[in-house]
Amino acid sequence: MSSIPVDAETKVGAAPDLAAAARAQDLAVRLDGVTKRFGNTVALNDAWLQVRRGEFLTLLGPSGCGKTTMLNLVAGFLFPDNGEVFIDGALVTDVPTYEREIGIVFQNYALFPHMTVASNVGYGLKARGVAQREIAERVTEILAMMKLAGLEDRKPGQLSGGQQQRVALARALVIRPKVLLLDEPFSALDKNLRSAMQIEVKEIQRKLGVTTIFVTHDQSEALSLSDRIAVVSEGKIRQIGTPQEIYRRPANRFIASFIGEVSVLRARLERIEKSEAVVQVGAASITVPAGPLAGQSPGITVDLFVRPEQLCLASGDVALEGQVATTVYQGDHVDLYIDAPAAASTRILMRLPSHDRVPGAGATIGLAIGGHDATAFPAVES
Amino acid sequence: MAQPRSGRLLFWCGRLVVVAVLGFMILPAVVVGIAAFNAKALLSFPPQQLSLRWFVNVFTYEDFQVGFRNGLLVTVAASSIALVTGAAFAFVLDRYTFNAKRVVEGLLLAPLVVPHFTVGLGFLILAAQIDMSRGYGVVILAHVVLVLPFVLRSVQISLSNLNPKLELAAASLGARPGRVLLTVTAPLLLPGLFSGWLFAAILSFNEFTASLFVTSQQTQTLPVAMYNYVREYADPTMAALSVLYIVATATLLAVANRYLGLGKVLNVEHTR
Repeated sequence: MSSIPVDAETKVGAAPDLAAAARAQDLAVRLDGVTKRFGNTVALNDAWLQVRRGEFLTLLGPSGCGKTTMLNLVAGFLFPDNGEVFIDGALVTDVPTYEREIGIVFQNYALFPHMTVASNVGYGLKARGVAQREIAERVTEILAMMKLAGLEDRKPGQLSGGQQQRVALARALVIRPKVLLLDEPFSALDKNLRSAMQIEVKEIQRKLGVTTIFVTHDQSEALSLSDRIAVVSEGKIRQIGTPQEIYRRPANRFIASFIGEVSVLRARLERIEKSEAVVQVGAASITVPAGPLAGQSPGITVDLFVRPEQLCLASGDVALEGQVATTVYQGDHVDLYIDAPAAASTRILMRLPSHDRVPGAGATIGLAIGGHDATAFPAVES
Repeated sequence: MAQPRSGRLLFWCGRLVVVAVLGFMILPAVVVGIAAFNAKALLSFPPQQLSLRWFVNVFTYEDFQVGFRNGLLVTVAASSIALVTGAAFAFVLDRYTFNAKRVVEGLLLAPLVVPHFTVGLGFLILAAQIDMSRGYGVVILAHVVLVLPFVLRSVQISLSNLNPKLELAAASLGARPGRVLLTVTAPLLLPGLFSGWLFAAILSFNEFTASLFVTSQQTQTLPVAMYNYVREYADPTMAALSVLYIVATATLLAVANRYLGLGKVLNVEHTR
């Protein structure tokens, strides 16, 4: 695993600021302090979101976190109790779905079963009163682009899952929507087809430059497809940033453990210097972002979150010593599960290239923490 | 190797039982069908000589002509009214949640447990109060009440098989609610609506018990005319009429099967 160079600003949160106002015309979608309740349940609680024109933004979170509600508010399938929704700078909070100029692809595609592929794709154009001849041209064009040429007269029931997905995408894109909404569109596909479709969707999105909001609970999907990820939990956006920012600088414990794999080590806070803090694990000193530790006094115990690829074998000033409990061969790499009761209450996961000499189960090893990507949070009593 | 004798015996006994049961099921229809062609004015079996005179009688007997026209009128009116009402209620019950939902549904299905003669008697008493007991109105109303549960159920099943995301997808593509209804919802519900209507029509056309109470000499439907006929005559006209009934119903179902698929019409197939 190579380490990624530290880059650009880490923009956490999305509250409106002056810079954002200046860029207002670059925003394709904006949610301003949106709240949505269902009975006594608060699905969204004062959520702020800004989606830039042409970007692929993912709403990522566990089921029931409010991400689908957010999508439904943008689509106009639901209306907020508080707050405003903007599409392309225009206030659409009370505008019905059919006037919002959006395209949507559902999990099970929702193709019209009684219509042919061509009628499905042409439906939105027909609803807009586009001339028959132009409809035919644009449908042919998009079907060719989606590699669906020749299937015009099939019914959805006669198509494979991948083809149905392409038809759904073609149907949503042919109307040149202001924003494309994808509601877990890959989860009904089997694994191989899924990754092929992901690449295809990403390429098409880039080619057309259409602003896309993608809802998923699958963090690897989010990391691989997105320009930016908004992590949602319990009705709020917890962090928004590029996949690298989210992965390397998680804003809180939830995000650190929800995205990617992580082990939690016990460490001691040495000192805080401006934006950086130094924590001590065993004989090693590790530099972490100070943000999450702000206001904590030196000497306290903190939880250090490390990714499997940050751990490496070492001797000398090791961060911790442990015993290999299990090794799991994964083809290109080997996962090692390590018991280190002095440093962590749960097993630690590390990853080694499989062509290296990998210590066997029972071996006692020393570990060092490399890179700059560890994050520490105040310890929670457990 | 040959099967043991007991096994073979069991096998043939089993076949015999199946054949006997199947034969028994169509036996009445077969007997009546043959009796319809009897040349004598007797409902005897088997007939000595064959004739079509009872079929001629069916078509020329004036009460049957009137009864058929009345029956058709009442059937078309009642099942159409029931279809509109039932579909509307089914839609509301499917799409909305409200406090009295169970009560509403229960009341709509209540005619399934109320005997037909009770419905007929009730309507007769009410109609007499407002001097309506001689018109078609009360007959049609009674039939609407009796067939409504079947229409309701039929449309409810179609609605629950309809993926709500389809309507959302149509709206997202720019279709206004009216267009969504006409191009997505209605076409997909059509088999369910038609099957509901067909069931209602068949039930209404055959309905006798309630009709006996609410019809008069002028408004009597075919089953009531038949009842009045057998009170006076005991010739094979009834058998001839039965044959016509069977042929008509079978034709209707065959046509429905050809164009819509009986599975869809009877709602035993999931269309999604």
